[in-house]
Amino acid sequence: MTDCQRPGQLCRQCLDRAGSAGEPGCVGNDFLLVLVVVTALAFDFTNGFHDTGNAMATSIATGALGPRVAVALSGLLNLVGAFLSLSVAATIASGLVDTNLVTLTVVFAGLAGGITWNLLTWFLGIPSSSSHALIGGVVGATLAAAGGHAVKWHGLFQKVIIPAGLSPVIAGLIAAIGTYLVYLISRRVSEGARGHGFRIGQIGSASMVSLAHGTNDAQKTMGVITLALIANGTLHSGAKAPFWVILSCALAISIGTYTGGWRVIRTLGKGLVEIEAPQGMAAESSSAAVILLSSHFGYSLSTTHVATGSILGTGVGKKGATVRWSVAGRMATAWLLTLPAAGAVGAAGYGLAHVVGGTAGVLVDLAILLAVAGLIYAKSRATAVSHSNVNSEWTGSVAPSAPVKEVAAV
Amino acid sequence: MNSWINLHALWEIVVVGLLAGAGLPALFAVGLRALSLPGSRGQAGNGGQVGEERIVGGSVPGMVAAGLCFAVVLAGLGWGIYYIVAGS
Repeated sequence: MTDCQRPGQLCRQCLDRAGSAGEPGCVGNDFLLVLVVVTALAFDFTNGFHDTGNAMATSIATGALGPRVAVALSGLLNLVGAFLSLSVAATIASGLVDTNLVTLTVVFAGLAGGITWNLLTWFLGIPSSSSHALIGGVVGATLAAAGGHAVKWHGLFQKVIIPAGLSPVIAGLIAAIGTYLVYLISRRVSEGARGHGFRIGQIGSASMVSLAHGTNDAQKTMGVITLALIANGTLHSGAKAPFWVILSCALAISIGTYTGGWRVIRTLGKGLVEIEAPQGMAAESSSAAVILLSSHFGYSLSTTHVATGSILGTGVGKKGATVRWSVAGRMATAWLLTLPAAGAVGAAGYGLAHVVGGTAGVLVDLAILLAVAGLIYAKSRATAVSHSNVNSEWTGSVAPSAPVKEVAAV
Repeated sequence: MNSWINLHALWEIVVVGLLAGAGLPALFAVGLRALSLPGSRGQAGNGGQVGEERIVGGSVPGMVAAGLCFAVVLAGLGWGIYYIVAGS
């Protein structure tokens, strides 16, 4: 336990402590900061592997790219994408909560909420939004810490909730029209040549989605780490993300993407719609266009919602295609739950840390988070989905019905 | 205008999104169609078989038209990357 190293400065941790009686000074400042940064990078990692499918699921399903080549390419492009643009890094938090009331404990609890929801939905093979998990967690923790006035509700609705409702519909519409046109135009091309050509096209469009994902989602974590640095007094408010933050976030999301969230990839590529190469290219083009345009207008769009909307759209746009609406319904339910569920975990995390108090409270949170993560991982091993069985026939669940023998061989 | 929904942004996302997101794949399909046109030298054996993966049919005007289509699609990709870098 050390005393606050910057007693003269505006240190939010100190202000926070000053509020709770009987605890003089400020404790464990830099230790807590390191903990928050590491947790943020862990969230970034889950964001990467949860979202690999957004860009690559259709390419893997149609065989345009081998599963392992696809995740490697996507990981690399996420890395590049994270460096391409740095202009929106701080918007995610500052536009949604009052940054003056945010402490390191709030950020930590928010991240814990985001990670928990990401792991749970990954286990269930549901492509839910990592951005919403993060926003939900941070908003929930802020609510618990400072009350309703600390949340910018108008910003939350305008920048997050309304776009979340509209974006999958728009992406689906564009993808449906694209799919219809593509099949109409290429109807005289022999099936083999068409498949071959569009598989090449898919690589280009999937690459664009990966790039856009790196730009969008890596910056969300950069924004959170920057927020933590500001909350700790290390950076002045309004400061930009330092280079080490950019680099570490880029690496975390890239490695996460490379790890490949095979369960989610399987649901998107095989579960929702039986997809062909022309549909895949139409879906990815629509996703890339909607993500890039929306981020231009400053919407914290979920790449997951857009990609899922697009894939559904291609199912609607092709005559006779199978769309499993029950799978889509399950996803939509998960989407509605994402903000409140991650928010509840974030709020509970903050509450627990606050009751225990100080750095010890955060450590208790961390222990629970690690235990939950370990439990989910252990359970996932029983019905493992990997690059070797990701394309198995869809039999109504994420886990392929028959245990695949090749797993051991590869 | 409307403080909850920016209708201008919505309109632009839908229109430009349609052009880029549906238009470019459609153009790609046009290119593929042009490329697959059979050539004058008569490749009946390779032409229209189902399951045939040959993309190039052999028609010179077809190949030129296809090249143009693919160039526009690539330009679209380049514009997208520029859009990211220029500050999305």
